[in-house]
Amino acid sequence: MSENTSASEILLTTPLDALHRALGAKMVPFAGYAMPVQYPAGILKEHLHTREAAGLFDVSHMGQAFLMGDNAIEAFEALVPGDYQGLAEGKTRYSVLLNDQGGIMDDLMATRIAGGLYLVVNAACKTQDFAHIEANTRGRAKLEILADRALLALQGPKAGAVLARLAPTTADMTFMTFRKVDIAGIACFTTRSGYTGEDGFEISVPADRAEELAKKLLAEPEVEPIGLGARDSLRLEAGLCLYGHDIDTHTTPIEGDIKWVVNKRRREDKGFPGADFILGQLANGTERLRVGILPDGRAPAREGTEVQDLNGNTIGTVTSGGFGPSVGGPIAMGYVKTAFATEGTPVNLIVRGKALAAKIVKMPFTQKSYKTA
Amino acid sequence: MTVKYTKDHEWISVNGDIATVGITDYALHQLGDLVFVEVPEAGRTVSQGDETAVVESVKAASEVYTPVSGEVTEGNSGIADDPATVSGDPKGNGWFFKIKFSDSSEFDGLMNDAEYKAYVASLD
Repeated sequence: MSENTSASEILLTTPLDALHRALGAKMVPFAGYAMPVQYPAGILKEHLHTREAAGLFDVSHMGQAFLMGDNAIEAFEALVPGDYQGLAEGKTRYSVLLNDQGGIMDDLMATRIAGGLYLVVNAACKTQDFAHIEANTRGRAKLEILADRALLALQGPKAGAVLARLAPTTADMTFMTFRKVDIAGIACFTTRSGYTGEDGFEISVPADRAEELAKKLLAEPEVEPIGLGARDSLRLEAGLCLYGHDIDTHTTPIEGDIKWVVNKRRREDKGFPGADFILGQLANGTERLRVGILPDGRAPAREGTEVQDLNGNTIGTVTSGGFGPSVGGPIAMGYVKTAFATEGTPVNLIVRGKALAAKIVKMPFTQKSYKTA
Repeated sequence: MTVKYTKDHEWISVNGDIATVGITDYALHQLGDLVFVEVPEAGRTVSQGDETAVVESVKAASEVYTPVSGEVTEGNSGIADDPATVSGDPKGNGWFFKIKFSDSSEFDGLMNDAEYKAYVASLD
């Protein structure tokens, strides 16, 4: 997910627009789309419901595409640090598109399917992502943008039971796997993945059947509709990056503390953009690192908050911060100078001119509960 | 007791030379669930329109502006300890601060109940 857009722009709508409005959603501009930020239950209850039962999110604004062809995998690997040749068909892997300086152009999910890859990228980046992928794989692979498909996320500890009721064959899917499956009689494909730290699925559905599928899922007793507000607090508690805030073209995967996206084989072949720079950072470290920050008190520290050491020197900035409903208090993530990135280091957050005590912590803030077996 | 309102959705009720300030139902509805409240210390001198208290929802922080100038006599520690108090009773136990006002003419620019209702209706 990424930047808001100005209200003066004409907004696109997702195939679930009428359903959101019928459910009483508060609609806001997000990445060029009118999107539900919350429903009448409110962000707090929506967040907690997702952690306790199951939440349904409309993420149809995100970009979906197939990259197909005999050389699609190799061509794609030239743009990302992930090992996709070594990934089995039906498996999904998180990765990042890199520029020549090793900066992150976007983060994405790529799944190996028969004949190529299935890609899901951020809404705000999708136009430039697809142009970049197409331009750099031309002649070796064919990019097919799936503009006629919606994307729903079903997340939470009851998501598995709910989906198994409508599509029994999904029961044995594990985290980061993909399957083509009929859900309530609708031809979908789904990955067992998400952006909440919970077990769950992202379900790609033909746009003209998205509302029908959403209504069937919402008819299950465990499922409530969840807006972008809770999506943000859920992913922050899970320690997951929001593109454009926690990672961007000025951060590398090493600084962003997602160095595991640089897979072993790729460290050896060095065939990804910015490889020399990134591998140098892997060997020698970086000047700054993304960390979790836990305020001691009750006041949230929002994006842009200055982080200081105990002597009043600036050592970093909060890139995402707010209230964690499941944590029951304020949480944040941001970048600090590497010397201060050790777990337990005391720091100050400058909120409305006051220095508030906080400490560097390991993320996630809440336990992840993926279905790994 | 006179109650007046601001365009920023604060209410202010007057009792002698002390006024009590809080936020309206409309403001609460816009903010959603409150997760943090900061109220001013007694003794702080503020001018009309100054940021005097803070309310935060899961999503964002907002300021509460004082409708009149004067000296804060009390901040409501009850809502700082439990922000949910505001949501339950915004016009009663959910008050934010009391202020000994210095210029009663500042009340003239505020809205009465009927004017505020019309103002809110014009926003929807």
